[in-house]
Amino acid sequence: MEAWVISNIVTSLLLVSSVLVVLAVRRSRMWSEAMGSLWKRRPIAIGVVAFYLAIGILDSIYWVGGINAGEDVVSAHEAKSVIDRLFADSRERSYSAPLADVEFYGSAPLENPGWHLMGTDLIGRDVVYLAMKGVRVALLIGGLTSLIAIPLSLLFGISAGYFGGRVDDVVFFVMSTLASMPTLLLLIALIMAMGRSTVSICIALAVTSWVGFCRLVRGETLKLREQDYVQAARALGVSELQIILRHILPNLAHLVIITFVLTFSGLVLSEAVLAWLGVGVDGSWGQMIDQARSELSRDPVVWWNIAAAGLSLFGLLLAVNMVGDAIRDILDPRTLRESP
Amino acid sequence: MLAYVIRRLSYGGVVVLGVLFFLFVVFFWVATPDDIARRALGEKAPPEAIEQWKINHGYDRPLWPWQSLEDNMLFSHYESMLTFDFGRSDADDVPILEKIRTGAGPSLALTVPMFLLGLPLSVMLSLVVAVFRETYVDRMGVVLCVLGMSVSILLYIIGAQFLIAKLLRWFPISGFDPSPQVVMRFLSLPILVGIVSSIGSNVRFYRTVFLEEVHRDFVRTARAKGCGEARIMARHVLRNAMIPILTQVVIAIPFLFTGSLVLESFFGIPGLGALTVEAIQGNDFATLRTMVFVGALLFVVAQVLTDVSYSLADPRVRLE
Repeated sequence: MEAWVISNIVTSLLLVSSVLVVLAVRRSRMWSEAMGSLWKRRPIAIGVVAFYLAIGILDSIYWVGGINAGEDVVSAHEAKSVIDRLFADSRERSYSAPLADVEFYGSAPLENPGWHLMGTDLIGRDVVYLAMKGVRVALLIGGLTSLIAIPLSLLFGISAGYFGGRVDDVVFFVMSTLASMPTLLLLIALIMAMGRSTVSICIALAVTSWVGFCRLVRGETLKLREQDYVQAARALGVSELQIILRHILPNLAHLVIITFVLTFSGLVLSEAVLAWLGVGVDGSWGQMIDQARSELSRDPVVWWNIAAAGLSLFGLLLAVNMVGDAIRDILDPRTLRESP
Repeated sequence: MLAYVIRRLSYGGVVVLGVLFFLFVVFFWVATPDDIARRALGEKAPPEAIEQWKINHGYDRPLWPWQSLEDNMLFSHYESMLTFDFGRSDADDVPILEKIRTGAGPSLALTVPMFLLGLPLSVMLSLVVAVFRETYVDRMGVVLCVLGMSVSILLYIIGAQFLIAKLLRWFPISGFDPSPQVVMRFLSLPILVGIVSSIGSNVRFYRTVFLEEVHRDFVRTARAKGCGEARIMARHVLRNAMIPILTQVVIAIPFLFTGSLVLESFFGIPGLGALTVEAIQGNDFATLRTMVFVGALLFVVAQVLTDVSYSLADPRVRLE
């Protein structure tokens, strides 16, 4: 199956499941109240996150054809996303400053004068378009990594905390082994060993980021195991699996959400450093920043590339961090104290 | 006490053995010696050249003990790492121990001042924020922290190099000279960037630590008996928040040695971080794996030290 078909399927699955989650939240009083007060506290940040999400989704829906490619046979048969289609005729020949009418070096007139909000890059691509393409990469890094890391931490954290004994010893040993290696070096080592595809980068990020959450889950499970309702369930002969599913897991849900939001920004920041080391994901903002670095030493300075990438990155992380802070305050004011 | 230290040390030893096994799996089994040779020689290298490269670099033996008990890579990997006989770099045949020895100095020259200036600064700032809790100073402080945390370190560096070094010309853009008269000229800017880039998350972390202590009963008692706010903060809050602070301090020590990958290579400081970046770009797996091992070893030692220092800082912690 081609990559764009998979992207379409995954996107629709995510959309369907988010509708289901919204319905579930509406039915539960606690969750709908929490979401209501979150909306009241951070309307702007939530709006910004929604804007990024919308761009990411528009860039994940692909289809072939329906584009005026002219003589270009190859691009007529290439799958394009909605974002690709919006910027289909935006190609120039080289650098142009934001909203300029002519090229930056020499003054050849542009194909689309005054149209490029953030100018164009070395080979004439619209910078706003490139920055928008980076949204999907950033969301993919944060999302896919969490999708790998969170179930893993829940599985190991709950079994270590709930069953204790040998299981706990083994999980604890694996955690302290992984935690003792310097994070960035471990990441690089894993990516170099596995090859640098998007999936292997996400796996490497997951390996380095699950430990912290697993430790948290283990600690919480240890506490929950001693609760009266768990003891009562055990006395009534409820099976271990039932206890975990009915009494432990729902009480960890808020931790999952908080950790997901708060680690998201860390993951995107790590990818920026990886991109600079040459082991990042293609098309990410980190890569844009890295490529634009030398442009600052040109004279006159070409600043719009790095500004667009930097601002997009900053905007997303700031919004996510604000939302994350608020979610933590609402759902859990006490137990969570993440380390810097 | 001694029994506790010994037990803690031996668990650390087991963790080090675990790290070595993990490194073996990643660097010999996931990335096979053939992969490593192909990375070094190029995709189109003839099979004979790859075999020869593997023999030259000692990658030609069977991997696991069950394939050959006397002569296998797993045992020799453990033996060489644990005796600090790291061998030679895959890229330029320089002994890795030699590289580490020359790199540690510049790394420490960068990280130690960064740490010694940055830590008190973050602790002080977060104490101020904690004194003004639930006022607009606190709210502004938190917003500033989140702002600072949302900027990539790459942007901090590029921005500082562009503004301070290129436009204002206060410091050189990059470079290093170990002679004591001029060394700070080169190190000031990276130290500044290192402190500024980490201050947001540090202040936010210490603020939560302090706020947790501020609401304790003993603080209320101190206030009731007429202690001034400064005395409360210094004697009652800071003292009781020593455990999380100590954790951060001791955990940071290994990173003082291994240096900062990003800062060192942007500012051209020939430390261990820059060495690692070089190893990554040159596909030098031997150096990379040694650096991970050294980092992990230092971390384990630091952790044992943390646990021991807990008991010195806080008599409530009992050694069990």
